[in-house]
Amino acid sequence: MLKVEVYRYNPDTDKTPYTQTYEVDTEGKDLMVLDVLELLKAQDPTLTYRRSCREGVCGSDGMNINGVNGLACIKPLSECVKNNKLVLRPLLGLPVIRDLVVDMGQFYEQFRKVEPYLQNDTPAPAIERLQSPEERAKLDGLYECILCACCSTACPSFWWNPDKFIGPAGLLQAYRFLADSRDNATEHRLSKLDDPFSVFRCRGIQNCVAVCPKGLNPTRAIGQIRTMLLQRAA
Amino acid sequence: MVTNVTSMGRSGVSDWLLQRASAVILLAYTVFIVGYILLTPELDYSQWRALFDQLWMRIFSLLALLSIVAHAWIGLWVVITDYLTERAIGSKALVLRLLAQGVLALVAVTYTLWGIEIIWGF
Repeated sequence: MLKVEVYRYNPDTDKTPYTQTYEVDTEGKDLMVLDVLELLKAQDPTLTYRRSCREGVCGSDGMNINGVNGLACIKPLSECVKNNKLVLRPLLGLPVIRDLVVDMGQFYEQFRKVEPYLQNDTPAPAIERLQSPEERAKLDGLYECILCACCSTACPSFWWNPDKFIGPAGLLQAYRFLADSRDNATEHRLSKLDDPFSVFRCRGIQNCVAVCPKGLNPTRAIGQIRTMLLQRAA
Repeated sequence: MVTNVTSMGRSGVSDWLLQRASAVILLAYTVFIVGYILLTPELDYSQWRALFDQLWMRIFSLLALLSIVAHAWIGLWVVITDYLTERAIGSKALVLRLLAQGVLALVAVTYTLWGIEIIWGF
């Protein structure tokens, strides 16, 4: 039997959050954490969490699994369980709505700030804006982000200043459009990032890189933005 | 854009660059001083005095002193704007933060002036 400790909090009935312990029979299988949650849900229908695609694409079930942020649907028990115990908590630093469900508002607000869409004020060509294979290759490692928030909620700089520091997820997307040959709002984008908080609150500790379920590297993207800001200013 | 009038250079790039430049100067100064002490077996007052009588050493020392002030200002500003914030400790944060900043400024100015007097004063 696998012992599972889950963070529980229902603001309608609970004064404070508490930890509830469950026992689950995994039948010796190396299940994904989400499968365990589904088994728990059958035991206790009041347990609440987000999930959707169950294959690591939608980014709904980001949570803190045995102390490390990750997607429950693609995290096998063999990679996270220690001493037959699984501890599940909501993502850190965001307000809890109920149990493992957090309010992602602050996270999306930072995403909105980087204007994550292509901006180009030149007349649109007849068919499409062409890009060479080399120019397209620059977007690899940037566009794959699924906005699960595992990185930003693992970042102490985001914990302290979630309203001012854009956070690794937002900055990865900021660089995705700065690096895009079809986007010509570079100056506008950089002018909004040149303050002591938005980009520069990153201390380079690379928690974001360590937890990203898609294997992306926000720290490298932040370094590239810093270089662009330096080239623009110096 | 988020701005903050109490940061060193008012801009992220400027603070970032200054932080790195001052770190390089401090590293060079530390390596030099430690090296000088280790490589001078019988270091006495007259020798130490002779070192600091040279113009380049006085400029190097002043540069190191100014680097410490800039480096500490930028670094501690980051620390207090992480921990002494309304989000972290409530409404008294602004007063505490400005107070901490004031103490920091006072110490920085005092050490700079005192240091200049020691290096150039006699």
